[in-house]
Amino acid sequence: MQLKNYETVFILTPVLSEQQMKDTVEKFRAVLKDNGAEIVNEENWGLRKLAYPIQKKSTGFYTLFEFKAPTTIVNTLEIEFKRDERVMRFLTTVLDKHAVEYNLKRKKGEFKKAEKQEEKA
Amino acid sequence: MTLVNEPVNRPENKKKYCRFKKNGIKYIDYKDANFLLKFVNEQGKILPRRLTGTSLKFQRKVAQAVKRARHLSLLPYVTDSLK
Repeated sequence: MQLKNYETVFILTPVLSEQQMKDTVEKFRAVLKDNGAEIVNEENWGLRKLAYPIQKKSTGFYTLFEFKAPTTIVNTLEIEFKRDERVMRFLTTVLDKHAVEYNLKRKKGEFKKAEKQEEKA
Repeated sequence: MTLVNEPVNRPENKKKYCRFKKNGIKYIDYKDANFLLKFVNEQGKILPRRLTGTSLKFQRKVAQAVKRARHLSLLPYVTDSLK
């Protein structure tokens, strides 16, 4: 089956404890793996302030997964997101070749240098 | 008082350019809210191409990235004092 690169970011509600938050992330990691996804990168941004309130909460736990998977996974994953009350927001995007390249650099931590170059220009 | 119009040296007479084409940036990250701030005004609205000089190809990508960032609450939909 055709494999594509995807990236998904989701926001968990701040009422969860640290352990509950980790369990939820673990659950979605399991969902991805059960559906034949190969996780390329995983980032935990921790508790962040939201730009506007969602469900009357002003903060949330952000988590990012980058994975390679067959196209059928998106449906399964998003249904899981919708069913789970702990997830306040999610976004899944397909990555094109430039995005994959960019994310590789980002993972290595090169993007901090890139920011400085941008300031000079 | 002289009636001849004197030339005004406007700094904004400098030619605009597309920063993505110039710097060879191919992908605009929606997760980088600080970078996207350059393309929105104080109210959080996306700036037009005629102000930023971005080429059409990248303006579309900027718009897409800003909208994604808004969905994830990295940027506000509406606000009054962003900068």
